[in-house]
Amino acid sequence: MEKQLTHTYEVIQVCLLAGKVMLQNGGETYRVEDTMRRIAEAFGAANSDSYVTPTGIFFTVEGPEPSKTQLIRILERTTDLHKVAKVNSISRRISGGKLSIQEAYSELEKLDKQSERYTFRAQLIAAAIASGCFLIMFQGSWDDFFPAVLAGGGGFFSVTWFNRLVPIKFFSEFLASFVIGLMAVFFVYTGLGTELDKIIIGSVMPLVPGLLITNAVRDLMAGHLISGLSKGAEAFLTAFAIGAGIAVVVSFL
Amino acid sequence: MTLVAQLITSFIASTGFGVMFNAPKPSLLKGGFVGMTGWVIYYLMEQSGIDAVIATVTASFFIAVISQIFAKVYRTPVIIFSVAGIIPLVPGGLAYDAMRNFVQNDYNTAINLAAKAFMISGSIAVGLVFSEVINQIIRNATMIRQEKQ
Repeated sequence: MEKQLTHTYEVIQVCLLAGKVMLQNGGETYRVEDTMRRIAEAFGAANSDSYVTPTGIFFTVEGPEPSKTQLIRILERTTDLHKVAKVNSISRRISGGKLSIQEAYSELEKLDKQSERYTFRAQLIAAAIASGCFLIMFQGSWDDFFPAVLAGGGGFFSVTWFNRLVPIKFFSEFLASFVIGLMAVFFVYTGLGTELDKIIIGSVMPLVPGLLITNAVRDLMAGHLISGLSKGAEAFLTAFAIGAGIAVVVSFL
Repeated sequence: MTLVAQLITSFIASTGFGVMFNAPKPSLLKGGFVGMTGWVIYYLMEQSGIDAVIATVTASFFIAVISQIFAKVYRTPVIIFSVAGIIPLVPGGLAYDAMRNFVQNDYNTAINLAAKAFMISGSIAVGLVFSEVINQIIRNATMIRQEKQ
């Protein structure tokens, strides 16, 4: 009985950690629930239930002994698809019976702590070039390509830099789009760029909460009403911050 | 010539978003391909005068289908391929225009544009969900058939 109890707690811990890593890094709500249920099943807890919101996960395992519930808090959310894919493959291995509980937990913990990201420079270059490409996609002229590259890079750099100084996401997004607006106005004023609107739209794209908006509507349709609404609120705040930052610049023109 | 430019830029932009979202290296180019296909579908439909909402639904539907095929073949979550592909369809330009009109106190135009941006982001999700539903129907249908045998 005692052994059974500790076993159940260990299963819950593995499930919650897997769910947390996935949710923090941009996994969809249904995928998080599904992954946790599969892991619990593979470790012999057939009756499990979860309640996933963007800010926390509740997880319950029922069995012959009194059912147990734990919750885990999620404070910051980013997009790191590498980690989502890694958790997915760990969960596949657990389902295949290739990992013990202890091994699974230590692997997940290692994954949670490490950050095997592309270097900041690579991401900055990617953001800058993507901004230029968006300008062309939105029917901008090639003359504005380099201004958009510079403004987009500047925006991405400042959102990361401000985020380190002030850990309030919306504030750093506001400042970053303000920087983009200033740079775009500067380029048009000096004659390096021609269309202010196109430059701004292109370079704002790396900040736009596109993933959040679509995930929000998707969650709503799948019946995850709470996560859908809260993701929508987050997306709206981000969009508002970006719009306000640009608006400050535009209103001084 | 413009079409070639659109193909190349959408491929690079989607791949760039893959890097920003820290997608695993082997899936970067596949994500770029998904994004390129989606954008070209949207672009060609919009150029031939079809409404932006319908063009968006179609494009995001195909993005989801290709992503699901990739996800099945390479055994990785769908989201890795679909995220970068969807980004070009997001109505960033419309949202910006709406915001700008709000600031300039032109509320009528602003609400108009905002409603349109909302419709388009809704239709991205509809396209995604639609392809997921079809996928589920196919999967369930084959499961039922196997059970009968």
